[in-house]
Amino acid sequence: MIYEGKKKIWSEYQKEIPDDHYFYVRSCIRQNFFPASEKMFLEIVRNRLGRDFHETEHHTTCGGIAYHSDAIPQETVMTIIARQFALMTEAGYENYVASCITSFGLYTETIESWKHFPDLEAKIREHLWKTCRKEFKVPKYLAHASDIIYKYRNLIASKARYKLINVKTGKPLRVVEHIGCHYAKMFPSKGVGGAEYPYVLAGMIESWGGEIIDYPERRHCCGFGFRQYLIKANRGYSMSNTHKKFESMEPFKPDMIITNCPGCPYFLDRWQYVISELEGKTYGENGYGIPVFTYEEVAGLVLGYDPWDLGLQMHQVAVEPLLDKMGIQYDPSMKYKGNEGRDLGMPEMPHFLKCC
Amino acid sequence: MNRKKNILIAGAGPAGLEAAYRLSMMGFSPILVEKEEMPGGHLNKWDRLFPEREAADEILERLLSRVKNDVNIKIFTSSYIEQINELNDSYNVILSTGVTIIAEAVLITTGFDLFNASRKEEYGYGIYERVITNADLESWFKGNGKIPVENPQSIGFVHCVGSRDEKAGNRHCSKVCCVTAVKQAIEIKEIFPHATVYCFYMDLRMFGRHYEDMYLEAQQKHGIRFIRGRVSEVSENKEGRLVVKAEDTLAGKPVKATMDLLVLMAGMTRPASSASLYEQLDLSMDEDGFLRQSDAILNGQSNHRKGIFVAGACTGPKTLPDTIHEADSAAMAIYEYLNRMTV
Repeated sequence: MIYEGKKKIWSEYQKEIPDDHYFYVRSCIRQNFFPASEKMFLEIVRNRLGRDFHETEHHTTCGGIAYHSDAIPQETVMTIIARQFALMTEAGYENYVASCITSFGLYTETIESWKHFPDLEAKIREHLWKTCRKEFKVPKYLAHASDIIYKYRNLIASKARYKLINVKTGKPLRVVEHIGCHYAKMFPSKGVGGAEYPYVLAGMIESWGGEIIDYPERRHCCGFGFRQYLIKANRGYSMSNTHKKFESMEPFKPDMIITNCPGCPYFLDRWQYVISELEGKTYGENGYGIPVFTYEEVAGLVLGYDPWDLGLQMHQVAVEPLLDKMGIQYDPSMKYKGNEGRDLGMPEMPHFLKCC
Repeated sequence: MNRKKNILIAGAGPAGLEAAYRLSMMGFSPILVEKEEMPGGHLNKWDRLFPEREAADEILERLLSRVKNDVNIKIFTSSYIEQINELNDSYNVILSTGVTIIAEAVLITTGFDLFNASRKEEYGYGIYERVITNADLESWFKGNGKIPVENPQSIGFVHCVGSRDEKAGNRHCSKVCCVTAVKQAIEIKEIFPHATVYCFYMDLRMFGRHYEDMYLEAQQKHGIRFIRGRVSEVSENKEGRLVVKAEDTLAGKPVKATMDLLVLMAGMTRPASSASLYEQLDLSMDEDGFLRQSDAILNGQSNHRKGIFVAGACTGPKTLPDTIHEADSAAMAIYEYLNRMTV
């Protein structure tokens, strides 16, 4: 692989990411799957980096799951999005940042559609006024939350307590980066690094000391793919996608996977359990799986937050092997303790996938 | 006829060289201006030519020798036209070297640029070492450099790279890539007889005489496998081999193959370095970026500008024989034009 060639492409796909003052919208599903990621994002940008990120309890889903499942028409989803933009406008912000990749893709698609079809935008404005009595400005800048962490990656590195380095060997951890399909595949110029060789997560990995793995199925879908999973009969197809990725990355012996999409870490994490039950096969070392993280969780680890405060006990694949490699101090007895030491209960252990 | 009339020829590739020879034979003084150090254009970089596989060097030598041995023909290499202004019945031309020329007619033979294959990011040119272009392979055939793998066992050719591709901004067919791919596939198979060679094509445009014969020879004699479908993405496995994903539209299913070498058939695009000249002369271009001909059927070498003529791939992708014929035709058109002017 010619690294200089990648750098050239990365230099061609750089987007403007404002430094401060954002209206933040959460994902529908991330708080269930990876409960501390969004909280950690706000903790880092507000309290560690001192930036202004506003959120409101009045925002809703963007409608993306229903839209991509063909459950609601485009005009409906655009009206939902118009309402989100109205909330941003009312709060006095111009920069909009979405936690969810699908939302980011859908916002991008909507804004681009309105540029090409102004009549459609006018119609949506009318729908929004009739239904909510609201008006909106189109965001001046649209970012995905991983763009923000990418922008601050060196700042985070300067405050890092741990690095993506194996403390026993001194070598960089081998990291698979998985980008959500809706980040840049539809609009390559809207993603840092473009669609084919995205840099948004690779940049974080480089800044935090890791080594990026470029494996053959790097671009392949995680397996979520909406109708692949949402329609129960298709779930075998969903898992076969995930299986394909793990078979492809296995020879590279990754230490961890970092993702920037709500669905990807969930499917890459949970399907490892199902594959182990079906085939008795695991992809990590010594019977463990390959730990899968959101970029906020990794940023949190790098900055020295307690792994259990980051919600890493909610992962199917045990994260302890990775914590040990990074030299992170943690208390195993606190893994399943909630606030104020409340016992959360121990999950049932899988048959084949080794968990701590 | 005025034997002292100067004809400025912008570009000393095959079209420029051929036209210079013809114009000199007609009694004019052709002046070739070439931006590169050596005249000959892309022919300098090619090894053998389809369909008979003549040596490109020999063809170029024949073109060059006629020009070099002709005292009527002047050639300025490592030069480009910095400024050009229309006078009453001629053009005042200032070259980058400071040379000033008064020319009664101007022939544009600026040729083409090879499509920058790294723009098709999904194919990994410039990212993966084993992905090369048709030009790289031809250069290796010619004895320059080396290919990135010593004894490839599996080799793929990707047709239409940057051609017939809306996403790349090039809707046009580059015309020569299909037959070049077949030629190169045969040649590499002759060098590595044990290798499996694939050609991924959209449809094979074997329009020229003997092209179809080459296509049949490739299949019957050399066992080259033709897969109708486009390559969707290329990546690299642990061993540094290429994992190529494509669609086989005849079988109706996706295919994935591990290959040692992938050759991208980069197509033709407008010559970027000629933009300033085109702008100064206010030459019209079509949507594909190639120069517009005033009457492509009966007067293909004329332009809407008085005294300006065009020949070769600057008006669109062409084979070498077509380019040579256009150069001859342009010489005739210039002859007629200047005769009319004299009368």
